[in-house]
Amino acid sequence: MSESQDEPLAVVVERELPHAPAKIWRALTQPHLIKEWLMKTDFEPVSGHRFKFQGDWGAVDCQVKVVETDKTLAYSWEAFGLQSLVTWTLTPTESGTRLRMEQIGFRPDQQRAFEGAKQGWRNFFAGLERVLADLS
Amino acid sequence: MIHSRWVMNRSMSNAPDLLFKTLAEPTRRAIFERLCREGEQTVGALTLEAGISQPAVSKHLAVLKLAGLVRDRPEGRQTHYSAEPGALAPLTRWARQMDEYWRSRFDALEDLLKRMDP
Repeated sequence: MSESQDEPLAVVVERELPHAPAKIWRALTQPHLIKEWLMKTDFEPVSGHRFKFQGDWGAVDCQVKVVETDKTLAYSWEAFGLQSLVTWTLTPTESGTRLRMEQIGFRPDQQRAFEGAKQGWRNFFAGLERVLADLS
Repeated sequence: MIHSRWVMNRSMSNAPDLLFKTLAEPTRRAIFERLCREGEQTVGALTLEAGISQPAVSKHLAVLKLAGLVRDRPEGRQTHYSAEPGALAPLTRWARQMDEYWRSRFDALEDLLKRMDP
């Protein structure tokens, strides 16, 4: 198990899992499985599909952005007025799969150009980290 | 079946949203970073390096002030601006909370994978 620390202001969690990518993909994309580990949802693995994650505390509004079966899944994630992009990346390894989740925040009106925004926000977070590092 | 009940804190995102919006504008972010780096500055001094008009710099400073990222100190006919880096705390808090959230979800996902057919 390894958990990335290189982007503390973007949220990145990465783990080696002893399961095939196709199995993990099912857990990430089938609503009856998603609700077992994340939340109840009307998710469909179709680019552009709008859906919700329903928690006890309220709902997360989402839209599917990228679907590459067994490889990459990305959806926007909006809760309490904050927009972000959640990207799942599955990389096959000798013993299973390396699963990476990356969540990057971006401002609401940037959703249209999220590919560009993604890099922009990387820079944004990198810039902020520099500022914070300089201060401490 | 696992009933994972992770309760998200309602306060976790309102402040970050304003910070995201405020700092997403590159010129505004540059002004804020400069105040962090170089300490207190007048609008005039900031304008010299910003490459935009003084009213435009003033407008950015007003937005930064609204987000709590800068404070101003009038002195005679000049106003001096300085950074309030503590205002970034909600942003780092959001990241920390989401980090904890996703780690707990990864744990639940691993439990599920163990129970699934191959």
